[in-house]
Amino acid sequence: MSEATTSQDHYYVPHHSIWPAVGSVAMLLTTVGAANWINDATGLMGQPLMFTGIAVFIVLFFGWFGSVIRESLAGVYNKQVDISFRMGMMWFIFSEIMFFAAFFGALFYARMLSVPWIGGEGHGALTNQFIWDGFTPAWPTNGPGNVGGTFETIPAWGLPLLNTMLLLASGVTITIAHHALRAGHRKSLLVWLAATVVLGAVFLYYQAHEYIEAYQHLNLTLGSGVYGSTFFMLTGFHGLHVTLGAIMLTVIWFRCARGHFTRDNHFGFEAVAWYWHFVDVVWLGLFLFVYVL
Amino acid sequence: MAHAATHDPVAHDDHHDHKPQGFVARWFFSTNHKDIGTLYLLFSLLMFFIGGAMAMIIRAELFQPGMQLVEPHFFNEMTSVHALVMIFGAVMPAFVGLGNWMIPLMVGAPDMALPRMNNWSFWLLPVAFTLLLSTLFMPGGGPQGGWTLYPPLSLQGGNGVAFSILAIHVAGVSSIMGAINIIATILNMRAPGMDLLKMPVFVWTWLITAFLLIAVMPVLAGAVTMLLTDKYFGTSFFNAAGGGDPVMYQHIFWFFGHPEVYIMILPAFGIVSEIIPTFARKPLFGYQAMVYATASIAFLSFIVWAHHMFTVGMPLGGELFFMYATMLIAIPTGVKVFNWVSTMWEGSMTFETPMLFAIAFVILFTIGGFSGVMLAIVPADFQYHDTYFVVAHFHYVLVTGAVFSIMAATYYWLPKWTGNMYSERWGKIHFWSSVISVNVLFFPQHFLGLAGMPRRIPDYNVAFADFNMISSIGGFWFGLSQLIFVGVIVHCAYFSKVRATARVWENAKGLEWEVPSPAPHHTFSVPPVLKPGMLAHDDVSH
Amino acid sequence: MATRRRPITRRGDHKFSIGMVAMISVWIARLRRAYVTTSLAVLGLVPVAALANPEPWQLNLTKGVTPTSERVHAMHMISLWVCVGIGVLVFGAMIYAMFRFRKSKGAVPATWSHSTKLEVIWTVTPIIILIVMAWPATRLLVDMAHTDDSDMTVKVTGYQWKWRYEYVDYYEQNPGVGFMSTLHRDSNRVRQLGSGLDPASVKVGDQSTYLLDVDNPLVLPVGVKVRFVITADDVIHSWWVPVLGWKQDAIPGMVTSAWAMINEPGTYRGQCAELCGKDHGFMPIVVKALPKDEFERWLAEQQAAKAAAASAGTAQTAAPASQTQG
Ligand code: HEA
Ligand code: HEA
Ligand code: CUA
Ligand SMILES: [Cu+2]
Repeated sequence: MSEATTSQDHYYVPHHSIWPAVGSVAMLLTTVGAANWINDATGLMGQPLMFTGIAVFIVLFFGWFGSVIRESLAGVYNKQVDISFRMGMMWFIFSEIMFFAAFFGALFYARMLSVPWIGGEGHGALTNQFIWDGFTPAWPTNGPGNVGGTFETIPAWGLPLLNTMLLLASGVTITIAHHALRAGHRKSLLVWLAATVVLGAVFLYYQAHEYIEAYQHLNLTLGSGVYGSTFFMLTGFHGLHVTLGAIMLTVIWFRCARGHFTRDNHFGFEAVAWYWHFVDVVWLGLFLFVYVL
Repeated sequence: MAHAATHDPVAHDDHHDHKPQGFVARWFFSTNHKDIGTLYLLFSLLMFFIGGAMAMIIRAELFQPGMQLVEPHFFNEMTSVHALVMIFGAVMPAFVGLGNWMIPLMVGAPDMALPRMNNWSFWLLPVAFTLLLSTLFMPGGGPQGGWTLYPPLSLQGGNGVAFSILAIHVAGVSSIMGAINIIATILNMRAPGMDLLKMPVFVWTWLITAFLLIAVMPVLAGAVTMLLTDKYFGTSFFNAAGGGDPVMYQHIFWFFGHPEVYIMILPAFGIVSEIIPTFARKPLFGYQAMVYATASIAFLSFIVWAHHMFTVGMPLGGELFFMYATMLIAIPTGVKVFNWVSTMWEGSMTFETPMLFAIAFVILFTIGGFSGVMLAIVPADFQYHDTYFVVAHFHYVLVTGAVFSIMAATYYWLPKWTGNMYSERWGKIHFWSSVISVNVLFFPQHFLGLAGMPRRIPDYNVAFADFNMISSIGGFWFGLSQLIFVGVIVHCAYFSKVRATARVWENAKGLEWEVPSPAPHHTFSVPPVLKPGMLAHDDVSH
Repeated sequence: MATRRRPITRRGDHKFSIGMVAMISVWIARLRRAYVTTSLAVLGLVPVAALANPEPWQLNLTKGVTPTSERVHAMHMISLWVCVGIGVLVFGAMIYAMFRFRKSKGAVPATWSHSTKLEVIWTVTPIIILIVMAWPATRLLVDMAHTDDSDMTVKVTGYQWKWRYEYVDYYEQNPGVGFMSTLHRDSNRVRQLGSGLDPASVKVGDQSTYLLDVDNPLVLPVGVKVRFVITADDVIHSWWVPVLGWKQDAIPGMVTSAWAMINEPGTYRGQCAELCGKDHGFMPIVVKALPKDEFERWLAEQQAAKAAAASAGTAQTAAPASQTQG
């Protein structure tokens, strides 16, 4: 079995790997560090520990994906292994969708149920009468307690619209890149992939700009009641995913440059492309439900 | 128990196609589904004892009225952590361990689809539980708001809050990766000819469970993330003054929480559906109905969550919808129960330990299901909610349901894992001791709840004294009985002289019984060729 | 000693078993004492009123003291008997099968594994049973949700770990009465960790009130439809008096409601039913139901006392005037 590693007949089962164990160590360091940090710990056990953990994660990714790439290039993965990877990625993306679903759920609940109730609509008559008398429901809102103070929102048709265009465009460029890869046009592949990364980066730049604007001029913060909470958590987690996606695309760019992918064997590329499309679709939901409506 | 000198325990070790590996390499860097399965199972056993020890503290404090042993806040920690440890540390990992061991064997795969990730899934669990259990030693202590972590109470904790929440995140990542692996294995790694509708029922139930896991664990992660930001970063998800609502948390939590309880019972259904036909020597009744019933239960589990929240003051329409939807679950579950009984009907039964546990499962789980249906009836739940009636309900489905099925599975497959037969005599002693004591432990809790004893209280009126004392005695007895379980396992793995055959049980069917006992380190490197009669469900004209 | 033979024995076993024997004998004595009352209760011979508050060896839900609570009890009994009935059939069949179809008795396994007819039967029958249960449940629930046309409103607020009651309106007047209600000091003394005091010693009359007694009970009139508006100040609590037939969560920032019309005068006890922190087990609820005229007299006294206190300039959180316990 162990000698069969270069054959395509068998499902490739790697022998040992230290990377999962390293991953657990990284996870322990990161989480302990993060928890201490959130709890305002100063000294080595807080932020430094967390960043050590993250550093170990980075080593881990190079190590783990490095061996996967090596094995892939050595041709030990047959079609079936490839399908396993695809399924893994697809179900991973599904789990991410459900993660966002929790936050969208919170947004809908607040907009359609809790805020109207507090404002005395329907089921909430008594709530309004006995506790929040005088509050009229509206969206956006920071609640009857005016939590975080009066704020303004970001108009949908400015930067957010631009960002929507950017992400949609990046969805197109990555598809062009994919076609180029399949057609074997290496140069075009690299150009369009790079364009995708750039579009992602510009998106992030504007997103950061928007956040700064919100905090410095609009008094719109995480603490701006339930509007601020849903706004920043949704866009924030989305931004985090764009960041990760952009990093992965960059790695893929280098792999393309090194010629890791062939016309019909480039699962790594496709996985990241799927991920990028997923991030794109989530943004459309955000644009619609967070900014426009 | 034998007292043979502890000669080198070779039971686990197979000497074949490659160099012997070091201990560290084998257990820490493993990519072997059997070794990882073993790790999961051992971890689960450890957690069962830790969670059980906490339950013993609970039962000791509740032995008599008056506060004798622990402060109320510590009692609340025990309740909360007991549940978290049992659910995320004992029951779920046990099922993942069984799945790891058995699914590749059952579908004729060389290993799990993503072997390295498999190992990571396991090794995240010790990380998660280090985080969780460490909170018990922090100023402010561990979670004290119940395993459901309802805000605003759960936000009142100290530093431990962040640690517990991150622990849940890590355990969630572990579960999601484990589930992805199982789905990929089942959908992609079956031997040629192993059609979906020929798979063993255990594999089917795990496939559906894995789907549930991927769908709901991220939602739990989202819910606790909101807790984290509400506590530490000033968000107002669960604060009415900011436009949020504490009840919103409950909706999100139970959207996870209800499917979660089926995550803990569907694999159990699968196990029992393997065991009963073997010992009844008769094919499983209504194989396809079993599969469809499992799928229906999984579907329904997404639309019943608010039955945990009947008393929060939902609009009437909501209460009615969730009542009807919840009651519907009795139907597919009933189909399962009736099918098990029909499988036994006109069989030729013997009662080895796995069968005993499986039969006890069917009866006692059904009792738990009955109290579940009673709880579903909203006006009556106004009385039952948050009393010991609920505690009785869920321990029947969890302990005599999920845990009993895990024990049944252990006895059933232990000979396959170790190559030795366990002591049937001690297995039976373990069974009878457990099955009697567990009823002494949990049955009186129905009465306590109906009489008006709330759950999650460290002390109570003297009217509740008698049944509490009986329950505690049952609890200590049940706890001690589990030492026998460990004894039987250790004996079987290291001391038993009776070698197991490949088939182990007279009428056992399925690929796992086609490989030698103990199962070699690597099996099905080349996909097996299926022959008629090898599978329990070759013929699925129905 | 010859104990070597039994490797299972542990050092502590001996002591433990003596303790166990002692405990069991105490318990048997109690069992004997309770046997009579329990069996009577099971047979339904003890009057319902005896179950107004929890009783030792109580097995079943109280019928309560409101028309609604009786319907809740009936609903409970229906579903209980349905389950018992199905249980008898299913478990009966299993037990029969286990004796009849064992290998040791030479049973030869059949090979059938399917029957559409049977499967249809046991899918459809439970559906019908469930509909039969859902129907009265729906009607009852609709009635319970109907908090309008009440003649009195009480606002209940949960705090860690006490309740506040405010009489918001009584026949369209605002009586302006309100007070806090906390665990009675006798219970509080006994419940301290390691107090060594006997919980059974806390009594009112011959009824044990350990952890079920408060300083200031909520006083309500009999025969009046009372609406409760329930909320909380800090964390979630739940207001529950079993004989009223429901519990209702008290959620900070939100108001929920419920109603009750009490049939007969008496003192009815309950507890907070949602985990609310360390003293969750120690925030009982006591409702004292008075005939309407007595209640009105009591309310007038409260108003007078409040007016007097106000003119004397004392703090507004004054306790209700001269309360007699139990
Ligand atoms: C493995 C775990 C498991 C399982 C399988 C179930 C199964 C069910 N549960 Fe349970 N439940 C829990 C674990 C589980 N539960 C836990 C942990 C809690 C408490 C959480 C907490 O608050 O901490 C809980 C709480 C809980 C509540 C909330 C109670 C409250 O807090 O007020 C409700 C209410 O509806 C409920 C209902 C049900 C129902 C209807 C089923 C059904 O699936 C049962 C179906 C089975 C049968 C009915 C038996 C077999 C059927 C037949 C023989 C057919 C004929 C029968 C009829 C027609 C009646 N459960
Ligand atoms: C799978 C899940 C699972 C399992 C297996 C168990 C197992 C047990 N549970 Fe658990 N329990 C829950 C899930 C589970 N529970 C949940 C979800 C809650 C709700 C929590 C909440 O309210 O938030 C709960 C709450 C809960 C309560 C209510 C607490 C309260 O409301 O305050 C009680 C009280 O009796 C209890 C008891 C027990 C007992 C005695 C066992 C026994 O079965 C345990 C037996 C095992 C052992 C004892 C370990 C093995 C043996 C030893 C360690 C040897 C030493 C033995 C002795 C010293 C005697 N549990
Ligand atoms: Cu208040 Cu529990
Ligand atoms: Cu549920």
